[in-house]
Amino acid sequence: MKERLQQLQQEALEKIEQANDLKALNDVRVAYLGKKGPITEVLRGMGALSPEERPLMGALVNDVREAIQQALEAKQTKLEQEEVEKKLASEAIDVTLPGRPMKRGNHHPLTRVIEEIEDLFIGMGYTIAEGPEVEQDYYNFEALNLPKGHPARDMQDSFYITEEILLRTHTSPVQARTMEKHQGRGPVKIICPGKVYRRDNDDATHSHQFTQIEGLVVDENIRMSDLKGTLREFARKMFGEDRDIRFRPSFFPFTEPSVEVDVSCFNCGGHGCSVCKGTGWIEILGAGMVHPNVLEMAGFDSKKYTGFAFGMGPERIAMLKYGIDDIRHFYQNDLRFLQQFHRV
Amino acid sequence: MFVSYRWLQQYVDLTGITAKQLADRITKAGIEVESVEVRNKGIQGVVIGHVIEREQHPNADKLSKCFVDIGEGEPVQIICGAPNVAKGQKVAVAKVGAVLPGNFKIKRAKLRGEESNGMICSLQELGVESKLVPKEYADGIFVFPSDAPVGADALQLLYLDDEVLELSLTPNRADCLSMIGVAYEVAAILGRSVKLPTIELQENDENVHNYISVRVDAPEDNPLYAGRIVKHVKIGPSPLWMQARLMAAGIRPHNNVVDITNYILLEYGQPLHAFDYDRLGSREIVVRRAKAGETIVTLDDVERTLTEDHLVITNGKEPVALAGVMGGANSEVCDETVNVFIEAAYFNGATIRQAVKDHGLRSESSTRFEKGIDPARTKEALDRAAMLMAEYAGGEVVGGVVEVNTLQRKEVVVTITLDRINNVLGTTITKEEVAGILTNLQFTFTEDNGTFTIAVPSRRRDIAIEEDIIEEVARLYGYDNLPATLPVGEANPGKLTPYQTKRRKVRRYLEDAGLFQAITYSLTNEAKATMFALETAEPIRLALPMSEERSVLRQSLVPHLLEAASYNRARQVENVALYEIGSVYLATNANELPSEKERLAGVLTGVWHAHVWQGEKKAVDFYVAKGILDGLFALLGLENRVEYKQAKREHLHPGRTAEILLDHKTIGFVGQLHPVVQKEYDLKETYVFELDIEALLKAEVDDIRYTAIPRFPSITRDIALVVDEHIVAGELQKAIIAAGGELLKDVSIFDVYKGDRLPEGKKSIAFALRYYDPARTLTDEEVTNVHEQVIKAVEQQFGATLRG
Ligand SMILES: [Zn+2]
Repeated sequence: MKERLQQLQQEALEKIEQANDLKALNDVRVAYLGKKGPITEVLRGMGALSPEERPLMGALVNDVREAIQQALEAKQTKLEQEEVEKKLASEAIDVTLPGRPMKRGNHHPLTRVIEEIEDLFIGMGYTIAEGPEVEQDYYNFEALNLPKGHPARDMQDSFYITEEILLRTHTSPVQARTMEKHQGRGPVKIICPGKVYRRDNDDATHSHQFTQIEGLVVDENIRMSDLKGTLREFARKMFGEDRDIRFRPSFFPFTEPSVEVDVSCFNCGGHGCSVCKGTGWIEILGAGMVHPNVLEMAGFDSKKYTGFAFGMGPERIAMLKYGIDDIRHFYQNDLRFLQQFHRV
Repeated sequence: MFVSYRWLQQYVDLTGITAKQLADRITKAGIEVESVEVRNKGIQGVVIGHVIEREQHPNADKLSKCFVDIGEGEPVQIICGAPNVAKGQKVAVAKVGAVLPGNFKIKRAKLRGEESNGMICSLQELGVESKLVPKEYADGIFVFPSDAPVGADALQLLYLDDEVLELSLTPNRADCLSMIGVAYEVAAILGRSVKLPTIELQENDENVHNYISVRVDAPEDNPLYAGRIVKHVKIGPSPLWMQARLMAAGIRPHNNVVDITNYILLEYGQPLHAFDYDRLGSREIVVRRAKAGETIVTLDDVERTLTEDHLVITNGKEPVALAGVMGGANSEVCDETVNVFIEAAYFNGATIRQAVKDHGLRSESSTRFEKGIDPARTKEALDRAAMLMAEYAGGEVVGGVVEVNTLQRKEVVVTITLDRINNVLGTTITKEEVAGILTNLQFTFTEDNGTFTIAVPSRRRDIAIEEDIIEEVARLYGYDNLPATLPVGEANPGKLTPYQTKRRKVRRYLEDAGLFQAITYSLTNEAKATMFALETAEPIRLALPMSEERSVLRQSLVPHLLEAASYNRARQVENVALYEIGSVYLATNANELPSEKERLAGVLTGVWHAHVWQGEKKAVDFYVAKGILDGLFALLGLENRVEYKQAKREHLHPGRTAEILLDHKTIGFVGQLHPVVQKEYDLKETYVFELDIEALLKAEVDDIRYTAIPRFPSITRDIALVVDEHIVAGELQKAIIAAGGELLKDVSIFDVYKGDRLPEGKKSIAFALRYYDPARTLTDEEVTNVHEQVIKAVEQQFGATLRG
């Protein structure tokens, strides 16, 4: 009987070893451990044994069962694992196929430039002022020290609607309006972005509609050196920490002194290249100290208050920054152009 | 303004400074030098030759055989094709071995069998622009004065060894529209002195008043009018140096009298006019406004009709010059002129500008009057012109000056303290430095304990106030020496307004939803101005548009977005999704500013989403557009306050258009473009929307408040309702929500069916209703009660039946 059990164990273990799927393994389980299996049969035959032999034999039967059971479980785990692996292998995909595209548009390049500049100045304590695009002659010219008949204001350059109303030619009227609202009390610290209009024929470098950003600071003790420091800070944040700026004397009716502001070339670092036409400098801004007439007309005491103002063209900055060669691109809205500004 | 470097040396010492260096210094100090033109375009070996003999070329009708003395021993034989070459002339000869512009080398040659040892040159061949060559030499060689030394360097005599600085003058620096003005500027920059021209005038014993009288009837237009008579002039060429200087400055030489007036114009910035005294037609000059309809034939032989806006010089009867702009043909100086009346006047800039504008005539004279001349130099210029006419036209200057002078000259005195200068600039400039700068500018001043009292010379009309002096100091002190500081004082935090913040978020949302930002023109044509507009008003037209396409201000952003879509489609970009935020302009009362309103508009056409290899492809339809807007309203917290209403709007598909209401007020629309308009723009199925973004961004919304996350399960029940075709889902949904009460948390539509399985004229809409009570778990029974209420409500209100 003992031999028979050992033989059964031997046989079962071999069959377990040979079973190569879960069904075969189950067949082995049923065959050896089932109610009609040989081990159950051995147990039935235990009645013929002596009472001394019975417990010994019982223990042996249990050992054999246990051994087969363990072998079955081990094999089961192994087969299950293999099954899963097989299934996963059959589920493999081509990861190089394209993903489901996410639809996303982006800012117009001018907005990109304008927001960047706005944020830079917000960081320096400025607020954003906006105003009408259709303006009174008074705010567009007279309040900016450009009385009627002034040589610097040529009727031919502006889009007039009536004698007193025109499309603003710069965003400076917003400055005049903001100062007026302050009723002679500083500080004023604003950035004015917006659309402006000039009577130009549209070509690669001219557009009858374009954008401007101007800045204005009015307070007691504002110095021209503050203008230089502010614009240097701006140039470095906008074009890189190594940038420098230089002032060249110029003329604008609403500032005195007036300067043109050059930024050292961000393309060549100032050695001279095609971007800066070999000079190492790029003209970016017009600026100056607010003309006392402008302060007085807006209700500020020019003996007590001084201020500086500056202005720049987002189109020009975008053209320089991105190497755009034709200003008309900004207003054609060709998606092949717009899409190029999709990333950080 | 073109400034000859060589000519400038007459007024200020330029030793040790090249033209290029000078240009840099001038630019740095405030006047931009646009270019420095080297007049010699690569010429070598051109000398003055004397034509000893000229004979006809034996084998060619149009060629001459000349023997020319070039100061190198025997005269050389040169074949010349110029029609005007003649014996006895002094001419420019390019010797064998010489180089002409364009690296054209002169070699010994045989022309039609005759030897030619060099070339006699025209001015054009020496690189002078045709428009500057005196008319008589336009088609031939240039003939030098007989005293030109044989063998001398022709380039030097013609000022072709010179360099010319082109100054780009801002309107305030009209003082530099003269050589003397530029000399003062250069002297100030270099710290050197100015040498003014000398005037030694020999007058005869006669009195000018016996020749002519002057009356000014329009003193505001003409505060100063002065004149002189020069008798017995001989019209001929002006001296070579004068012609050369005029050409260097961009003015073509004519004859001695005219050249002298132009030379003085360049030297002093004072325009002059020379009349033929004997052709004036009277012995008086009357300056007045023209009569309406009066005519004058100007020097360019054009008859011009005048108005009362124009100032004329008359002989008491008829105009003889359009004041400050151009002389009349009837009194022009010509070869036969013997007696000359020279006019030196000061005309009002605005009056001259009007004439220039009306007649499209801008001249060297008018430019200077328009920008303002220095009346202190007017009579000096007149005297110097008379002196030069005596010297170079053999004239005799009649004693005295005729003059009408009503000029109110105020001396400009500016007082400023050193502290003020330093406070405005942020500098620590010393008293001595300021004094040095003022001295270099040749301003007269006194200084007392840091206070400067400065008498501004009349040539600097741009200087009147403290700030002007600060600018002079700053630019000559050098902006490079200005420190860089930041404003001190009260610092407010910078930030966007709530409106600006929301607008930025709207942009970002729309872009993340797949739309690209467009910027289009505000000006459009009359037809497009009001198309699609949410509100319309009388079109606002430009007074002087450049084209009909850009003549009226827009009232909607949609037309130009459609143009952009069309533009893209024409370039094979079929799928377009664009939005724009911009202003529209609505007229209010005449003479008042229009009301400018910000709008948000969009255009969508083509494929909205495609993922082709997985079989996904979705064209833009109404619900794509609506979905984008729904997301926008949700972003702004307005999703429950917005309603869509079926609507009909011009240019839109009558069955696929919705008006959008916020708090029951119309704020926009979304819809499919009408097929007719689609075709006009050459577009396929296209959807557009436009919204009053101000209403959206200004609508007050509550702050976000946390509500408890559900702790109990909710129960969902579906119903499919069969209703008449015309009943819209939104109305059903509203009724369901109303009937569902507190427990009904949301209602969503999951199926819409119309077709064979339903009776004609019916449709089925399936809703999923979710019930929930935050305080407990709902029982089936409770839900069933409410649900039956809902079903009853839609049955009663819409005749809806449950779909079996
Ligand atoms: Zn560069």
